[in-house]
Amino acid sequence: MIRQDVVWLITLIGIGLVTLVFVYVISGAGGTADSTQVQTRAYAIRRWWLLALVVFGIGVTYASLRPFPIPDQQTQSQGAQIVDVVGHQWFWELSRHQVNAGTPVEFHVTSADVNHGFAIYGLNDRIVTQTQAMPGFTNRLVYTFTQPGKYRVLCLEYCGVAHHVMAIDFEVVPATREMP
Amino acid sequence: MSTVHPENETLGRSERIVLNLYLISTLVVFLLMMLFGLLMRMAQGNWISVPPTIFYQLMTAHGAGMVGTVGLASSAVMWFFLRKYVHLHVSMFAANYALFVLGAIAILSAVFVGGYAGAWTFLYPLPVHSLGIWSVNAAALFMLGYLLIGVGFLLFYLDAMLAIIRVYGNLGRGLGLPWLFRGEIDKSHPPTVVASTMVVITNSLGILAGAVVLVMCLINAYIPSIVLNALLVKNLIYFFGHVFINASIYMAVIAVYELLPRFSGRRWGASRPFLWAWAATTVMVLIVYPHHLMMDYVMPHWMLVMGQIVSYTSGLPVFAVTAYGALTNVYHSGIRWSMPAKLVMLSMFGWAAGIVPAIVDGTISVNAVMHNTQWVPGHFHFYLLLGVLPMVLALMFHVIDGHARSTGRLSFPLYVIGGLIVVGSFLEAGRVSAPRRFAVHLPQWLAYDRLGALGAILVIVAMLLFTVHIIVGLLRSSGNVAPAYATG
Repeated sequence: MIRQDVVWLITLIGIGLVTLVFVYVISGAGGTADSTQVQTRAYAIRRWWLLALVVFGIGVTYASLRPFPIPDQQTQSQGAQIVDVVGHQWFWELSRHQVNAGTPVEFHVTSADVNHGFAIYGLNDRIVTQTQAMPGFTNRLVYTFTQPGKYRVLCLEYCGVAHHVMAIDFEVVPATREMP
Repeated sequence: MSTVHPENETLGRSERIVLNLYLISTLVVFLLMMLFGLLMRMAQGNWISVPPTIFYQLMTAHGAGMVGTVGLASSAVMWFFLRKYVHLHVSMFAANYALFVLGAIAILSAVFVGGYAGAWTFLYPLPVHSLGIWSVNAAALFMLGYLLIGVGFLLFYLDAMLAIIRVYGNLGRGLGLPWLFRGEIDKSHPPTVVASTMVVITNSLGILAGAVVLVMCLINAYIPSIVLNALLVKNLIYFFGHVFINASIYMAVIAVYELLPRFSGRRWGASRPFLWAWAATTVMVLIVYPHHLMMDYVMPHWMLVMGQIVSYTSGLPVFAVTAYGALTNVYHSGIRWSMPAKLVMLSMFGWAAGIVPAIVDGTISVNAVMHNTQWVPGHFHFYLLLGVLPMVLALMFHVIDGHARSTGRLSFPLYVIGGLIVVGSFLEAGRVSAPRRFAVHLPQWLAYDRLGALGAILVIVAMLLFTVHIIVGLLRSSGNVAPAYATG
């Protein structure tokens, strides 16, 4: 299951739980019960689900930050394929258009004018990773492609009236294939 | 038996005139901005043809218009209820409105006359780097409009700040800080004062940051040799934007604390968890903004980690105190489901459910595949369209209660269903990586756009019905006094 689908599932479960609680309470809003009794019981229940939520949050935080999802910006990856990327209104400039699968690719992403978003779309038209292209700064994005094929870069930071046409393709070739 | 319209909510003539201006103007602008939203969804879905230049102008107006108008409408909620506890000057409330109108005129002129289409976020240096599509003057007029609106809000907040200090001694007491650790809590300390104090502290800082960055950008616009640091500007803009829109939610939620107990017949006062929640939120809303900058890898990484963790913890007060408090208040209460009560309960659902996709997107590794996709408008439309707007509408229906009764038998379900379709289509489009802020969509995204447009039509029809009811009610109740009205 790809990351977006996992995110969607988690979100649906979360929204579903919230919905169930609201439906339960609204359907039980009629009748009258002693306010203090309802509060005492509700607050006792709250302690438990709040504790569960905190424990879950700590677990997710730990799991999602180790290893840290953003590469160190100061050091260069050993043996990585370097691709220099410059965003312009409204085109991308890539130092190379072909990379090998299986070896990390290090994109050095910057902009010559305004803010752009460097988003790489995979073979199934879903985003595989992204970073911002910002004037005066270079973001270092490291990604290892596993599947050969044609990948597409779209601009994901609004950059003016031709923002939506700012795209470029590059190819990921099998690890064994000779690079031109 | 509790009173739905207590005597201390009675409006004087000048107060009613100014409040009517707020409410009628915001309703009209909401409708107009929703129409812009519908046009954009229809254009993305290839149902109508809109040139990209016009599309991005609509997008800029929609963003700026909705954020500003939500802020204005929410400030009306805060003013309406806070004035019962502290003395607010109606002149400052009116000044906020007047400056907002001037600012809105400047913004709309910049967009639709000057052709400015740099988005509501005015990310440097796009406003002054349009490649000839709009002029520097148009960009400057847009930013000047923001400044005027910001000054109006600051005047309103300073008046509220002084009024709170006069009654409670200082802002810390307004926020209830002395009771965080010890002492018997004054149960009569109004949640409205707590929320208002939080807002005047945080949003004054947010607006000041916005003013600083706007002045920086204006200087750069006319003296380009003074080059700005793009990352610093981005930080200031997102700090300002995040705090402003969140402060709007916190102003509007006052309607929930005030109105729900009147229909449920149960008290909802300050408690230690409640005060802790608001104290924590005061801090969290100021430090969470780096979650907007997770894809700016050159940001200090500790700030991005802070953005992720605080995104998670920010949800706790919403879930555990406000939404859960509302549910507890209603459960087995025999509540009377009037329009304000229904809207308040919808707002609690919209807020609580809407922050789920927002919190998920606050995870760095998720943000790497969801940032600036339609997932983002998906979650913020969830808690704005189905959260904040119902809070504001609840106040409006409360004010007209007795003058233009609406059962909402048609409009309410239309609004809920339409709203869910709008946000569902955005979220689903985000799942398949459809970008936000694209004038033209690929064929595989069109179905979501069209579904979203259908949802928007339902929302607009419902909103039109709400607007007619409310405006008729406001005009009928133009006398001095809203009738005191009791319910059980």
